[in-house]
Amino acid sequence: METKNIMIVGVGGQGTLLASKLLGAALLKMNYDVKVSEVHGMSQRGGSVVTYVRYGQKVYSPIIDKGEADIILSFELLEAARWIEYLKQGGKILVNTQRMEPMPVIIGASKYPDDIEGKLKNTGAEVITGDFLSVANEAGSSKAVNIALMGKLSTLFDDIPESIWIETMNEIVPAKFLDLNKKAFELGKNC
Amino acid sequence: MKELMLGNKAIARGLYEAGCSVVSSYPGTPSTEITEEAARYEEIYCEWAPNEKVAVEVSHGASLGGVRAASAMKHVGLNVAADPVFTISYQGLNAGLVIFVADDPGMHSSQNEQDSRHYAIAAKVPMLEPSDSEEARVYTKKAFEISEKYNTPVFVRMCTRVAHSQSVVHLEERNMPPKVPYVKDPTKVMMTKNSRDAHIRVEKRTLELIEYADTSDINRIEKADSKIGIITSSTSYQYTKEVFGDKVNILKLGMVYPLPDKLLMDFAKDLETIIVIEELDPIIETYCRSKGLNVYGKDIFPVCGEFTQNLIKSCLKEKIPELFSDVDIPDGNMIPDEIPMRPPVMCAGCPHRGVFYVLKKLDCMVYGDIGCYTLGAVAPLNAMDLNVCMGASCSGLHGFNLAMKEEGEKKSVGVIGDSTFIHSGITGITDISYNMTNSTVIILDNSITGMTGHQQNPTTGKNLRGEPAGKVDLEALCRALGYHRVTVIDPYDLAETERVIKEELSVSEPSIIISRRPCVMIKGTVHKPAIKANKDKCVGCKQCMSIGCPAISVTNGKVNIDTTLCVGCNVCTQMCKLGALGE
Repeated sequence: METKNIMIVGVGGQGTLLASKLLGAALLKMNYDVKVSEVHGMSQRGGSVVTYVRYGQKVYSPIIDKGEADIILSFELLEAARWIEYLKQGGKILVNTQRMEPMPVIIGASKYPDDIEGKLKNTGAEVITGDFLSVANEAGSSKAVNIALMGKLSTLFDDIPESIWIETMNEIVPAKFLDLNKKAFELGKNC
Repeated sequence: MKELMLGNKAIARGLYEAGCSVVSSYPGTPSTEITEEAARYEEIYCEWAPNEKVAVEVSHGASLGGVRAASAMKHVGLNVAADPVFTISYQGLNAGLVIFVADDPGMHSSQNEQDSRHYAIAAKVPMLEPSDSEEARVYTKKAFEISEKYNTPVFVRMCTRVAHSQSVVHLEERNMPPKVPYVKDPTKVMMTKNSRDAHIRVEKRTLELIEYADTSDINRIEKADSKIGIITSSTSYQYTKEVFGDKVNILKLGMVYPLPDKLLMDFAKDLETIIVIEELDPIIETYCRSKGLNVYGKDIFPVCGEFTQNLIKSCLKEKIPELFSDVDIPDGNMIPDEIPMRPPVMCAGCPHRGVFYVLKKLDCMVYGDIGCYTLGAVAPLNAMDLNVCMGASCSGLHGFNLAMKEEGEKKSVGVIGDSTFIHSGITGITDISYNMTNSTVIILDNSITGMTGHQQNPTTGKNLRGEPAGKVDLEALCRALGYHRVTVIDPYDLAETERVIKEELSVSEPSIIISRRPCVMIKGTVHKPAIKANKDKCVGCKQCMSIGCPAISVTNGKVNIDTTLCVGCNVCTQMCKLGALGE
């Protein structure tokens, strides 16, 4: 099979690393060759963060380039706008509608674009949106927003069966947060 | 058994499997996880050394004592460690010694983009370069074998994309070599005749290593039915495979110093076009040219920044259209708006904020250093004038004040974190007290090494594993170095911070100010309840916004506090004269 590309983008501190860890481990269970490339250090201090997940028969490059992503999973609206250029023609973008203003916007040096959702649709992308922060809160903690998003992501492609998602969560998520995260996954799936 | 692992974690696995017993390092992105992951194996003693020079001397000492040892550092860390490395190359070792150095093309988290391969050439130390996590594990073990067979330290060069990408790794068992007995050898003292003999031995060793490069499976040719050949290594090899698959001939180099001779000529002999694809400097390219090969290299690819598969495609298509005009470069669609940047920011409640706010208010020249506090340079604080390298805030300030005299001394400070101070600040402040400029250095003591992800250091009282350890007393140390004026402040108290900084700038002797508050991100730091915004009292003057706290915003002329971020540090409440912000 041709290598498939999933990008996870968001703001440092939103839990994108756990999301990519879960996705990578689930793909490995399906016996794909997998590469996950992440950003550490300076960029994590509330900056824009991106993780590339690639899988297939044999994966070479660890990164995804412009116009190559099959799916982009964005934890925040502005980050969806920033990275949409990386989506393949006809690709899907899953967007958490949470809005987090970056420092240049807070201090009035730049403007947060309006109607990002509409503009994303105008690019020709298949846009799926949801308020996954509320979903996470409903599950019991705002911190589960990453797993709620993974629940929805699981419905957007069919290379990982549900049983493998559950099995992977059992292995990766710390026991005391497992029930919460399973609930967030389920609620996110149906959002 | 297989596992998805970061390149750095795979190195730690390689250290474990190779029977490495001692790892001494200084943290630095993108190398930090090598030592942190190695510490998860109880069998490996791991420590954070005060700096990279110390780290390499420690691991070399362990090698002389008879066990396999290693050090890990970022590219600029190797500048600090260069002194011992060059002479260890001559002196040799007992058990294997491997030095991991992680370059940062694209400067994701670094102040420069230097290419560490120059050190391999200059110090005549062999250098391996893995292209993914499995190779990181395997090459780590190979590096120890080469080290012991050729009596040389060995570099393993990582780059951000190999260090911080996860790929599939196959696990093997630990194979513990027997301890090598220490035997006194008078030729090990590096002076006069011994050093001359050692240099001759090193030159002979390099010839033997070239033969290894020609014959070992660490370098390999991937044949294809094509007249085009590509010479590459590291992550560039992965991009090359992504672009071409099996359609071109590839010479994949796992050892980048010394480079092969016969193997290279064999590869080149039937090819019409040879292209060298390497990030940063033209090291492989220059070598090819020295062998009389006419290759494409930096005439078509950039020296600056990281490569990607699309970058390689577009360079080839543009510069060699006769061969690559049909290369397909995918493209995506943007939205029409300008997208605001989202730069990293100081965390809400960061203890550095108060100091930078005051320094900006006093219009000081601020000679910064390397750490989280470099973020004091970004808007709206804009409080840092410059930075260079670890420790330059102290010695650089001294030099600045030699030139500026009183005008500088009354208006300039050096600002340095606790870990950076131990790394390279102590010698700088010694120069100030010894040669007597009236310089003021502020040590930002947040009780942790912050930027690289919270490593312990000699001022925290804990070792790498978080166990109780020796603790440097910063106040006593500064006094012992000749400072009569050592003042400790709480950076959450803006009035006191301002008063002390003003006073120390005014006095006619060197001063140390220790700004002490633990990083709010340290586990166990007790946070106060979030600040409450009283919208009735707020007039929307945005004075509170001048401290650049990500928890504060003003919408529709009224202040908001993001209670999920706010840790109740109370710095903003000191900004508001109207009482709109309170506990």
